[in-house]
Amino acid sequence: MYDKQVRRRRAVLALLVVVSLILLTAYFGESAGSPLHSVQRGVVTVLSPIQEGASRALKPVRDLFGWFGDTARAKKERDQLKAQRDRLLEQVVGYKVALQDNAELRRTLALDENSLQDYDKRTVRVIGRPSNNLLLDRLEVDAGSSDGVRVGDPVVADGGLVGHVSFVAHGTAFVTLITDPSSSVSVKVLNAVGDSGLLKPSVGDPLDLLVQLLPRHAHIGVGDIAVTAGFRTSRLDSLYPPNVPIGRVTKADPEELASDQQVHVAPVADLRHLDFVQILVGPTGTSGERAQVGP
Amino acid sequence: MIPEQYQLHLRLAALGFFTVVIQTAAVSQVTVFGVSIDFSPLVVASVGLLAGSLPGAVFGFAVGLFADVALVQTLGVTSLLFIAIGYWAGRLRELRDPAHGLTPLAVGAAATAFATIGFALMQFMLGVRAPVSWLLLRQVVVTILIGMLVALPIYALVRRVVQGSLPEDPRRRRRRAYTTGGLSPLQRPSAGR
Repeated sequence: MYDKQVRRRRAVLALLVVVSLILLTAYFGESAGSPLHSVQRGVVTVLSPIQEGASRALKPVRDLFGWFGDTARAKKERDQLKAQRDRLLEQVVGYKVALQDNAELRRTLALDENSLQDYDKRTVRVIGRPSNNLLLDRLEVDAGSSDGVRVGDPVVADGGLVGHVSFVAHGTAFVTLITDPSSSVSVKVLNAVGDSGLLKPSVGDPLDLLVQLLPRHAHIGVGDIAVTAGFRTSRLDSLYPPNVPIGRVTKADPEELASDQQVHVAPVADLRHLDFVQILVGPTGTSGERAQVGP
Repeated sequence: MIPEQYQLHLRLAALGFFTVVIQTAAVSQVTVFGVSIDFSPLVVASVGLLAGSLPGAVFGFAVGLFADVALVQTLGVTSLLFIAIGYWAGRLRELRDPAHGLTPLAVGAAATAFATIGFALMQFMLGVRAPVSWLLLRQVVVTILIGMLVALPIYALVRRVVQGSLPEDPRRRRRRAYTTGGLSPLQRPSAGR
């Protein structure tokens, strides 16, 4: 009797492990349109209304827990923002003059701006997030292919870049954040010469981003703003439109810049407390191939 | 009326479903020191501790697969990890029969550690390129500590859900063996006869 129980237990355990390994191998080797992915897409479509309901119902609980951390952080942020506001006020006047000059020069040269105005902004609700955010940083939103969302669409919130759409089902989509290890964004630092680099997350510290591949002797200071570079070629466009704010330089050590060619940036968008984000549904008329399509 | 043998299955199915839905819709969006709380390995370990190795492994597989499907992750990764957690927690109950009140705390820490490190290793093996830094290790340690802190309330909650439909508790069996020589008081031969 005991032997029978032991044999049964081991057989079930072996069966479960084998099924998991088969699923893992099959899924990993499949393309995005294959049967397992289709099943997954179907289940996600069915589950998304439930998750949306749960997300709305549990928002007060989430807010309660978030309140403790937010209060401590808010006080520190308030002082920083006051100092920043005073500094920015002085810059605004200069920028307004520069903007007028810039618009006039652009008109003269007939440059294509490809700004955010070309995009249709869809405000969507965040309804889910993976539990392990150390090596997978994504979130689920309540809009999908039925709302015109496509894989690769850029996502913004709080006036800053959040990431891009990496998976789309009928009524839901997954957004890969700029803090996900698989993410990389071509950026431009708004210093005197507009140095370009590649934005990668700093694994282990979700609120620290690294702008890498910068010139070794670039003059970058704390407070400089990093924006999307948004390159365009004849065949390949960047996923992200140009000049979307990403973050502010928090650490620019000349030694680190000389050795690792990188500076540290804090994201503009509060990526840990997002309830709503905006998906930029492609500028009408673009049909070119897109770079950096997510996993 | 639901037959008694199916009661545990139904309760575990409901528990697994709500665990994944609540985890993804609310709990994952709350961060403490930069990491989100993950109570699904704790629920799986608690089921293993309460119901045994076989229900623990099956429950772990089901919850892991459901989480992988719902979060559009590579299928089989989380289920493989959760099978091990549910099975080991169940074997601990069957072999050691730990009676200490803080056992769920230690099991919760071990389950969170296994899930976090195992998931990271699986992601590395599947091709996620990320440097192993001190920061990452610090985050792993914080995740384990938070998992340990919430392990006791999660265990109490799971026990409340499955109470009344559990297979025979080895602790109760052992206690009875100690006081009555292995027999139920009803079966004990009367001294007067």
